[in-house]
Amino acid sequence: MLAGRPSWTDRTLAVRYPGLTGYEQGLALQSRLVKRRRQGRIPDTLLLLEHPHVITLGSSGRREHILLSPEELAARNVGLHKAGRGGDVTYHGPGQLVGYPVFDLKPDRKDLHAYLRSLERVLVRALGALGLEARRGRARTGVWVGESKVAAIGVRVSSGWISSHGFALNANTDLAYFDAIVPCGIRNDPVTSLSRLLKRKVTPEEVAPAVVAAMGEHFGYGAVNDSGRGNSA
Amino acid sequence: MPVAGSASNKQMGELRVSRIEVAMPQMGESIAEGTVSKWLKQLGDPVERDEPILEISTDKVDAEIPSPSAGTLTEILVAEGETVEVGTPVAFIDPGAGASQSASPVPETQTASPSREALEPEAVPPKSGGHPAPAPASPNRGGEDPEALEAARPATSEERLRTRSTPVVRRIAEEAGVDISRVPGTGHLGRVTKGDILAYIESRRAASAPTGAPDPTSAPDPIAVPGSTSVAESPPPAPFEPPVGEAGVPAVAEANFWERFLVEVRHPVFPVRKGDRVERMDKVRRLTAEHMVLAKRISTHVHSVIEIDFSAVDRIRRASRSRWVEQGARVSYTAFVAWACSRILRDFPGINGTISGDNVIYRGAVNIGMAVDLNPGLIVPVIHDADHLSLVGIGRKIIDLATRAKSRALSPREIQGATFTITNPGVLGTIVGMPIIPKGTSAILGTGSIEKRVVVVADSETGDDLMAIRKRSYFSLGYDHRLVDGADSARFLSRLKELLEDFPGKA
Repeated sequence: MLAGRPSWTDRTLAVRYPGLTGYEQGLALQSRLVKRRRQGRIPDTLLLLEHPHVITLGSSGRREHILLSPEELAARNVGLHKAGRGGDVTYHGPGQLVGYPVFDLKPDRKDLHAYLRSLERVLVRALGALGLEARRGRARTGVWVGESKVAAIGVRVSSGWISSHGFALNANTDLAYFDAIVPCGIRNDPVTSLSRLLKRKVTPEEVAPAVVAAMGEHFGYGAVNDSGRGNSA
Repeated sequence: MPVAGSASNKQMGELRVSRIEVAMPQMGESIAEGTVSKWLKQLGDPVERDEPILEISTDKVDAEIPSPSAGTLTEILVAEGETVEVGTPVAFIDPGAGASQSASPVPETQTASPSREALEPEAVPPKSGGHPAPAPASPNRGGEDPEALEAARPATSEERLRTRSTPVVRRIAEEAGVDISRVPGTGHLGRVTKGDILAYIESRRAASAPTGAPDPTSAPDPIAVPGSTSVAESPPPAPFEPPVGEAGVPAVAEANFWERFLVEVRHPVFPVRKGDRVERMDKVRRLTAEHMVLAKRISTHVHSVIEIDFSAVDRIRRASRSRWVEQGARVSYTAFVAWACSRILRDFPGINGTISGDNVIYRGAVNIGMAVDLNPGLIVPVIHDADHLSLVGIGRKIIDLATRAKSRALSPREIQGATFTITNPGVLGTIVGMPIIPKGTSAILGTGSIEKRVVVVADSETGDDLMAIRKRSYFSLGYDHRLVDGADSARFLSRLKELLEDFPGKA
């Protein structure tokens, strides 16, 4: 406990950038942070990272939404994992900004839907800072620009209302990889990236500050402890 | 509860007062149910307080549910993959220090007064429970000190408000200036249902009226009023069987009966035979099933059928097709029918209205629902303000809605607010259908297949009878006879026939 106060009163957001992280290492890292957050040893923490090519299957994920066989995926160097989060199938890979908020939702955010909507609002706000008019999904979770989906969301809440998993925002993702799946089980909805939308290369590094700022503003953090890139957790 | 054996366990449970219930938690304002995705602990496993015992999933979130207490997991009531309402018990924990491995039938004694957690699931009919649990021959519960009962609860009253009532109930309470914690709840864990709050408000109103009726609020605490005591003392009413009116009982019990009759649906269970496949209903199927049962339960269905000649419509379609194609539109037969209905519905306010309580609502808008086959499944997108759209406009709208219905890209508004519905069993060759009237409306039109038939017509010059080949179709109107009389329905159908057969000029 920090100075004997309830852990939630310190409204500090810590941001960590582990860089390119294997999916399993990402899971292990989150599980360590969840435990430490539950014990009040760390403040709310946002992990911002990139994964190598991987397809992950959420709890409502259906195998038939992966259009390639495991062999074909392996041949393209794409991993396959069960994710332990809500939602269907998604793809992660280089050029995509993956955000894992490990937050204690207990004091005043104990509402799963409200939390999902908050993540959407944070991303909409961050994209607004880049000059894009994004919107939340109509009756679906995620963030869209026009009719194209630019960010996917899937969340886990562990015992004690500690969140993990989170969002995946396509900065300059190679969108061809999405052809291997039916993203989030939604057919006919094109997936897009910031690079495509802004017609220039937009890297995860470029978007990260906007996301951190939006996160701090939306959730009302008094302080954002941004360790800067390159710091490993 | 769907799990076999839970009923007998429940009976044992009456003696075993010290077990602790784990209920499907309220994970958010708008979350009404959750799916048990995984049991992290098995039957008989020891558990620590706050240790995750199961995982649930809703929409886009997985959540771990911690044990409310240390002890042994003695009962699992909901299997993996099953979806239950918030508040439904999913497991029981025996806090007996993990000593016993199985649920021992030996009654345990407790020094303190029985906690409400232990009492309530037995004493109160579970909202969705299948069998009336035999109520204990309870000592006068009203005589117990409510404060003591209150003290036995671990939750604060604020938490209790949040977890024990839905936003709707809280809103009603707020509007009526009622303190929810004073309302006897009959839902799970004593949750205050909409029926409870309405009955409470009603009883308060009745009490303040200058009648000779006994004043239900004269008791110092509502927990002690007859209304709530009777719930514990008499067996819960069997579903859909009005409770016999006894002095003192009615308000709550009867409101419950109607509440359940009007909103609650259960489907009987049938034996599975060898070679059968059993699947959970998905959400669309479940909602459809509920809606259909309620619609049939509430509306008094009558159907009338008329035959309509499509020669005029056909002529117009042939003459205008190229012009419509230029405009990028396609005007189907269904579009003509929706258009014709939208032009005449205003003249039939009952057909475009609904009975609501003791009132009739005559809808100000003409919103036409169009049933779309999703194969599997069915959805009814709505053409809002259809009477303001042209024939071509309606044609466009139908194609847009149907396309997006199939890719599941409709907004909530686009499937709500229908005042009248059209369904098209004819699309697959059926000559006539007898559709069910959607809840909250008074009529639905079923269009049969349009096919060439030999009919008798009059020679336009001589007036002699002739046989001719004409495209024709049977249209059936299902209407709620509570509000729509037979003659109204006949007038509606003949106006529709007139309009489609003598099409008034260009659209």
